[in-house]
Amino acid sequence: MRLLRIVPDDTNFDFMRFRRISFPISALLSIVALVAFLTLGLNFGIDFRGGTLLEVRYANNTLNIGDVRSRLEALDLGEVQIQEIGGDGEVLIRVAQQPGGEQAQQAVVGKVRAALGEGVEYRRVEVVGPRVSQELLSYGIVGLMLAVFCILIYLWFRFEWQFALGASIANFHDIVLTIGFMAIFQIDFDLTSVAALLTILGYSLNDTIVIYDRIREMLRRYKKMPTDELLNASINSTLSRSVITHVTVTLALLALVLFGGRAIHSFSVTMMFGVVLVGTYTSIFIASPLLIYLGVTTRTMAEKAEVKGPNAKAERIAP
Amino acid sequence: MLYFSKWKAFAILAVSAIICLMVVPSLVPPRVYDSLPGFLQRKIVLGLDLQGGSYIVLQVDANEVRTARLEQLRDDARRVLRDAKVGYTGLNIQGNSVQVRIRDGQDADAALTQLRTLAQPIGGALATTGQLDTDVARDGNTITLTPSAAGVQSRTIQAVSQSIEIIRKRIDQLGTTEPSIQRQGADRIQVQVPGLQDPSRLKALLGQTAKLTFRLVDNSMSAQQALQGRPPAGTEVLYSQDNPPVPYLIEQRVLVAGEDLTDAQPGFDPQTREPIVTFRFNTNGARRFAEATQANVGRPFAIILDNHVISAPVIREPILGGSGQISGNFTVQQANDLAILLRAGALPVPLQVVEERTVGPGLGADSIRAGLIASIVGASAVALFMIATYGLFGIIAVVAVAINVGMIFGVLAMLGATLTLPGIAGVVLTVGIAVDSNVLIYERIREEARAGRSAISAIDAGFTRALATILDSNITTFIAAAVLFYIGSGPVRGFAITFGIGIITTVFTAFTLTRLMAAVWVRWRRPQRVPI
Repeated sequence: MRLLRIVPDDTNFDFMRFRRISFPISALLSIVALVAFLTLGLNFGIDFRGGTLLEVRYANNTLNIGDVRSRLEALDLGEVQIQEIGGDGEVLIRVAQQPGGEQAQQAVVGKVRAALGEGVEYRRVEVVGPRVSQELLSYGIVGLMLAVFCILIYLWFRFEWQFALGASIANFHDIVLTIGFMAIFQIDFDLTSVAALLTILGYSLNDTIVIYDRIREMLRRYKKMPTDELLNASINSTLSRSVITHVTVTLALLALVLFGGRAIHSFSVTMMFGVVLVGTYTSIFIASPLLIYLGVTTRTMAEKAEVKGPNAKAERIAP
Repeated sequence: MLYFSKWKAFAILAVSAIICLMVVPSLVPPRVYDSLPGFLQRKIVLGLDLQGGSYIVLQVDANEVRTARLEQLRDDARRVLRDAKVGYTGLNIQGNSVQVRIRDGQDADAALTQLRTLAQPIGGALATTGQLDTDVARDGNTITLTPSAAGVQSRTIQAVSQSIEIIRKRIDQLGTTEPSIQRQGADRIQVQVPGLQDPSRLKALLGQTAKLTFRLVDNSMSAQQALQGRPPAGTEVLYSQDNPPVPYLIEQRVLVAGEDLTDAQPGFDPQTREPIVTFRFNTNGARRFAEATQANVGRPFAIILDNHVISAPVIREPILGGSGQISGNFTVQQANDLAILLRAGALPVPLQVVEERTVGPGLGADSIRAGLIASIVGASAVALFMIATYGLFGIIAVVAVAINVGMIFGVLAMLGATLTLPGIAGVVLTVGIAVDSNVLIYERIREEARAGRSAISAIDAGFTRALATILDSNITTFIAAAVLFYIGSGPVRGFAITFGIGIITTVFTAFTLTRLMAAVWVRWRRPQRVPI
């Protein structure tokens, strides 16, 4: 049986030269993402905005969306979003946070139930009060920052500071682009989105570190090689792995997007964008070329390696 | 790298097998599960998003705790001053403290000493902090009692503990399976009840303080007059729950309270066939109720639940038997629920629902199905691709990943962790990422072989070098999962758990099983050429 080989052996792409294109592209995309975030804003779900969400189903084609709308509008609950989903008689109802504290939020469900009457299956009901939504939002933000911080510290211990900084800039870029994507497509931004962002962060770093690991190894072994060439060689030698892993993760995520159900749809779609489109691109075209600007050269690193004596020796296995 | 002693190989296989087998108790029918020995009674719990149910977070309001404490201080001060025979005026709650004016300046010192006894050490008599829960201060003839912030806080924590007990009693009466009631932070209670179609009854049961009091109705003026003018001292106007509400003028003095009930049962009035709740007092309550009804024959008294008048019957004869009934146009379910509430007792302070998430059983079943299909499709696609790319070594990778997934579920079962839909997504994602460790190893082997090493040496070097990278790259992902676990709740935490466990098992299988399988193959075939 002939095995599948996506990336041929001994590729020699000049990724470093490509940075003259990839850096401006990334800068442009980041600006677009930022503008989208500032103008369109994120579509905050009830986790962060508070309010009520009901997913109801009308059996046997009894759904009359206009009727549902008029019944709910008669309640005078402020902003009410009604959205038909799935085409199976299912409707998603979102009611904005009510003035009047926690009890007022609780009253909404009762009112909606009374208005819709009998013959409705309540598949999901979520009520988040003002206090909890405030907390969840700050938890989400603190969590993201905490994760970035912990990872930075870890990288700083394991690598030189240039690598830690390079990885963080690359990751910040990933997060910005993903948030921009969520703003443009108005994907629900809730706690699961924070989970998606953190996973994208973890995965993209994972990818970056595989390449950085190789760069570090090469730096110790080939002290005379020009930096450009060395970075290129590192990316090229890990390219096959990057592509294959990329395919397997894409396959897994594709299964989640297509079959994982609506409850995790926005989660899967966000991950698909962040991991598949952004993550790998970043590791190859942003994170690695960045090292040149951060002053990683074969000369400086070779000195460092000497200072770090025993550790470096252990890695220096004859090629 | 490729040498394993027999014992080491055996240990690796045994550990993997045992961890995988821990999932078995989760799969057997409940009857078999119950007959298992205790250490095997650990299983994966399905999250509420998969089995359907309600997740409710209740909060104790610190302001309510303060108000309750102020009212208690006021009543205690009245009792203390009366016992000490000190004349006073204007005993009332002013903002965050209780104030009283001592009529005779000469009594003020004695009164201060007496009122100081009301301040108790925080955390009970055995506490060593020496902090008191109330500041008592005197300014001329005015004495002010102010609950301290630390005092209110410790009472809040106490109130949460008491409330958890009472809520547990109430929910147990509903007869649902495996409810979970936990403290969340300093002032919250998290309630999870699986398999409820409509949580409104649950919320009604949790949201009521259920403070029951029996008090006399004041006949000196009508409620209307009291509303227009000022209600007489020691009385207040309370409403019934009729539509429109009927006002009653009620004495503040409590004849008997709900604490003195020993039992409450729903029933039917023999004459009217109307649902009622019958109750029995304890000895103390029975005596006080007997005395009060004896002294007030012909007068109406009111049964009050959470500041609503349920009914206000006239006392026709002294009630000496220590039992009675409450009727108030109840439906059968209302009578049932009231009996439950009275049996479980009153909450120390009102609780507020601050978060509610309910998933119906239909959506839960759909989610399980979706998760299952996504897992099967995702795993098969990844497996096929790996075999197509790496052939025999692909099969090794697939076996390693399959055992890896088995171990994820085994660990979940051992921890008694909750599996949610995002959790299933975490497993699917782990499959995608777990093969990465194999890809890293295999690609490295190929590279080493291309660099001119012999097959065995290339395989050995490939493992050695790739494992360092696998460790580095997975630790960062694990940090992200750990943070997520820390900040997340419910389904998101479920994702963090499976994803985090998945990373650990991935590193484990890469270091042990994948290597072991490769080693066995190398010893068996003695390859001259790397087959990938």
